[in-house]
Amino acid sequence: MSLEKITNPLNVRHWMGHMEAEYRYTLGLAGERFFKEIKENGRIMGAKCPRCGIIFVPPRLYCERCFARLEEWVDVGKCGEIYTYTIATIDVDGKKLEKPQIYALIKFEGAYGGLIHRICEADNVYIGMKVEAVFKPPNERKASINDIAYFKPVE
Amino acid sequence: MSVKIKHFPGEEIETRDFREGRVLFESFRPKARYAWSAGIAISRFLEELKNGRILASTCSKCGRIMVPPRIYCEKCFKPTDGWTYVKDTGVINTFSVSFIASDASRLKEPIVVAVIELDGASEGMGIVHLIDEYGDWRELKIGMRVQAVWKPPEERTGAITDIKYFKPVRE
Amino acid sequence: MFGKKRVAIVGAGVTLFRRNLKETGKELAYHAAKMALEQAGMELRDIKSVVLGSAPDAFDGVHMKGEYLADGAGAYHKPYMRVFVGGGTGVFAPLAGWWHVASGQFDTCLVVCEEKMSSCFPHPQYAFTTIFDPILERPIGMNLIWIFALEMHRYMHKHNIKKEDIALVSVKNKRNALDNPIAQLGANITVEDVLNSEIMAWPVQRLDVSPTSDGAAAVVLVSEDVAKEVTDNPVWIDGVGWCIDSTHWTNRDLYYPDYVEYAARMAYKMAGIKNPPKEIDVAEPYDPFDYKELHHMEGLLLCRKGEAPKLTREGVTQRDGDLPICPSGGLLGCGNPIAAAGLMKVCEIFWQLRGEAGKRQVPGDPRTGIAQAWGDLMQYGSVIVLRR
Repeated sequence: MSLEKITNPLNVRHWMGHMEAEYRYTLGLAGERFFKEIKENGRIMGAKCPRCGIIFVPPRLYCERCFARLEEWVDVGKCGEIYTYTIATIDVDGKKLEKPQIYALIKFEGAYGGLIHRICEADNVYIGMKVEAVFKPPNERKASINDIAYFKPVE
Repeated sequence: MSVKIKHFPGEEIETRDFREGRVLFESFRPKARYAWSAGIAISRFLEELKNGRILASTCSKCGRIMVPPRIYCEKCFKPTDGWTYVKDTGVINTFSVSFIASDASRLKEPIVVAVIELDGASEGMGIVHLIDEYGDWRELKIGMRVQAVWKPPEERTGAITDIKYFKPVRE
Repeated sequence: MFGKKRVAIVGAGVTLFRRNLKETGKELAYHAAKMALEQAGMELRDIKSVVLGSAPDAFDGVHMKGEYLADGAGAYHKPYMRVFVGGGTGVFAPLAGWWHVASGQFDTCLVVCEEKMSSCFPHPQYAFTTIFDPILERPIGMNLIWIFALEMHRYMHKHNIKKEDIALVSVKNKRNALDNPIAQLGANITVEDVLNSEIMAWPVQRLDVSPTSDGAAAVVLVSEDVAKEVTDNPVWIDGVGWCIDSTHWTNRDLYYPDYVEYAARMAYKMAGIKNPPKEIDVAEPYDPFDYKELHHMEGLLLCRKGEAPKLTREGVTQRDGDLPICPSGGLLGCGNPIAAAGLMKVCEIFWQLRGEAGKRQVPGDPRTGIAQAWGDLMQYGSVIVLRR
């Protein structure tokens, strides 16, 4: 038996198969409200903890720190700041993208957490850069994170 | 479910609420393909199936003749010492007559699946396989003798399905 | 006593069990955890460690489900552990919680179990097939119902048991579930209903089976020092046991679950139980199928091998019988969100021993109860003994 290193699983006796599955994830009690606000009102909301005072974005049902139920929702506006970003050159399957795409974690003033989204219409990007959300037209929105088309630099 | 608790949380929804847009959701279909290594023992087992033979491994400490074969005896926790062939005949240990397929859809003609204790292996050593050519499924019994029906040699690929099914044999 | 500290359950919580719930997995875990804390009169900051139990990631469709659910289980910035042993998880999770407190390492531990099977579309059945060996079993088209059917048939054959006797379990549990506020499938059915229901994989028929569900449950575990401060009515964990067999399920006789017996003996030894049928007042064995309640009654040494159907026929396992089994309605009546279902059984024993089970209360002031869960490929047993 050869003792050479094998790195490709197809080079040993194997059985091929796949795991079939499809998933439907409910948005949940908090998620439904968050995405309804995006779809119907073009608003990005956060939820405030009555005890800790923290505003969570995206909003959730409960405070992770003290376990209080979060009932107070606030509009955090459409503008945020780039907390960190990356420039993607390959897609989820590993294929090269036609044009590199910038993804950033955008934080909103006064809020804890943020949204991951695309940055477009930007010649250069830097940490701390102010950006604003560009929404799709109301009739194209599906109550999804992609109802925001992308974030672009604030003039 | 204590009498001290007045309210149990949970918002019930129906499956049709998804279709009719009353509940919001995201969908996703993962792409997961696998190449499972057969391993040392099962690689040999599959190779022998191509030759029309069923391979077993033996442990000199507990004396078991094990099928499917394995490179370690899980009871003695030591390597198995030898290989041997067991017969392609045996006895039905248990069986089920299924009217549902693996994706939970209904079948018109049932599939009969069984655990078959193979002749030559230790008592209780079985493999799982299909039973066919049984006539009326209501006449199948635990304890019936069965015989493997193989694919013709040129169609075998080294797979458990090189045996098409087991069929009952009249004594 | 085993371990450095005696461990008590002081609060419990359960959500509704339903085929589809709107909440995300995190929100379900939160509902149950919050309820358990409120029942214990404690705050999240009192919790020093968290154990979460949840069965395959393939149901919820979130890889690394333990990490995903952590904040909903109250584990933000806390020592945290996820355990998973298939269907055995619901009773194994409080066992793992017991280690945290009995070792003296933590005074308190919050144990949460959650399952959101509805995410797997159109039916979680297909995710179950990946449990089987990809080379020797899946190519034949193995289906989870088949494996239960094979085990049920062997059990019936060995002891010459009729389907009528097995159907009595489904009738009993669904009726018990009518008194359970969280139950998904409480109903008044008859043995004929079961025998006339659709054949799925003979001998399994539709009314022999529990459904897939969404749900969560939680318990708060504390050491004896904390128990004194928090409640007058602690329920002690006096015995824990767990055991696994191999996945070579075709190599053993499926008529009897040895591994459940070994887990039970381990728990009984710890609890000082020498005569289980006499010393145990109420039991919640795992019942995803009706025959499993009988199978497990025997594995738990509550009766002799083959004797369980007779006890059921004679009414011994009814709520007002000598040995009430599954007063909650079990999985057959309440639903089966895998891990949460097992923990729900522990919660039921907790409330039974405290006399808080309302219409489901077994009479006679029960003091010792057990819950048992079972899982994986016909191979795993976990047992917990609770006492007041």
